Amino acid sequence: MSDHIVKAYDRDLETLGRRIAEMGGIAEKMLAEAMDALAAFDVALAQRVVLTDPRLDALQREIEESAILTIAKRQPLAVDLRECIAAIRISGDLERVGDLAKNIAKRTVKIVGEARVPRAIIGLKSMHDVAALQLKDALDAYAQRDVERARAVWSNDVELDALEDSVFRDLLTFMMEDPRNISFCTHLLFCSKNLERIGDHTTNISETVVYLVTGESMPTERPKMRVPGLEMEQPVDPPH
Amino acid sequence: MTVMPVVKPELSTKVSVRNLDFFYGDQRALKNVTIGLHTNKVTAFIGPSGCGKSTLLRVLNRMYDLYPKQRAEGEVILDGENILDPRVDVNLLRSRVGMVFQKPTPFPMSIYENIAFGVRLYEKLSKAALDERVEEALRGAALWEEVKDKLHKSGLGLSGGQQQRLCIARSVAVQPEVILFDEPCSALDPISTAKVEELIDELSQRYTIAIVTHNMQQAVRVSDFTAFMYLGEITEFGETDAVFTAPREKRTQDYITGRFG
Repeated sequence: MSDHIVKAYDRDLETLGRRIAEMGGIAEKMLAEAMDALAAFDVALAQRVVLTDPRLDALQREIEESAILTIAKRQPLAVDLRECIAAIRISGDLERVGDLAKNIAKRTVKIVGEARVPRAIIGLKSMHDVAALQLKDALDAYAQRDVERARAVWSNDVELDALEDSVFRDLLTFMMEDPRNISFCTHLLFCSKNLERIGDHTTNISETVVYLVTGESMPTERPKMRVPGLEMEQPVDPPH
Repeated sequence: MTVMPVVKPELSTKVSVRNLDFFYGDQRALKNVTIGLHTNKVTAFIGPSGCGKSTLLRVLNRMYDLYPKQRAEGEVILDGENILDPRVDVNLLRSRVGMVFQKPTPFPMSIYENIAFGVRLYEKLSKAALDERVEEALRGAALWEEVKDKLHKSGLGLSGGQQQRLCIARSVAVQPEVILFDEPCSALDPISTAKVEELIDELSQRYTIAIVTHNMQQAVRVSDFTAFMYLGEITEFGETDAVFTAPREKRTQDYITGRFG
């Protein structure tokens, strides 16, 4: 993209992009550390994750404010307008990713004393592997304005949904085996839901990247993998 | 490269420009321009200085006829009739296709006469009917409340924004079908600009409007369709919402976002 005649305009937009990258880095780190803390029942690490969250929130507000200021000052059009809107949207998604990672960390602190079935965490680790890779790809797609990569992230979200279903079944089994597992497994259930939500925010980011680069919106329906006998959601009506 | 306009079926075309070339002496200022102005819609023409947008506007009511050595080739069809045909009565044409210029151009006469003058050229109205027409035009241009008590004072005593609305009233008074605006707000303050834009919005209920503007935000605000012109050609034409959020052509994008071409 060639430069603006007004150089400060380029700087405004570059700053937005840099801050998004910074938020992305923080959100990725929070997620990785929250999962490490969960796997190792490491309370200190979990608490560090919780303490990182305000930084992410502050960055989101900064991005929002400077995007709004840029809109007011420069009345951006076309790709510049999409750049500002994308920054607002992606920073919102990353802030939520941070919240969800923080929630995993908080649950870790709660269940440390009652780690009854540690093998129950294995499924969550697989979910995290997928979610972290997806998030990285989405952030790279943003940094490189790579539509193909963004579309790939968008279609890969089914994997995470399928893994969540299987984790759900495992945890259900543990709870049925021994009711004393219920509290521990319920926390893990919420953690798996958090990972699945992180996947949704990652998908949002990839949709935003496609919009940013092409100006087109992705279809509202994402691909879904149906697991027979375990329909978590109401079937969606086919598009008219 | 001329991009054919995408005409939606529910839209009818009031003015259809086909393969239009325009020459200032030997210099070709418009190259094979083809575009339709949709009935009761606002079409904005944008593009860098010298791209031919004002020239195109001047062809639409044969303003160029006033100057020797300027000529147009091709067709401009207004309701089925080619207005470039030498047999066309240009005075009648200009009553059907009105024009408002960059700088307000009131006649050095009273506010009332500024409007009545044009009407008398085309119609013989009784005093009462003429009074009514003047009031209607001034109301139509959102100026009536401000001038109703000084109709017989000079039009030159009005503020710039009021003068511009007076000129719009003058165009409206002869009951045209198409109104051409050539940068109508470039000499106006933001309040007057807002009033003129509001007016364009209202006028578009009844008239087919073409506007040339250098103000991108204005084009976004007032128009339904936008044509981007470059070096005498229309290089992009489409619905305004699409042109300003996701233009197809890189040149359009560079221009509207303020980048080096």
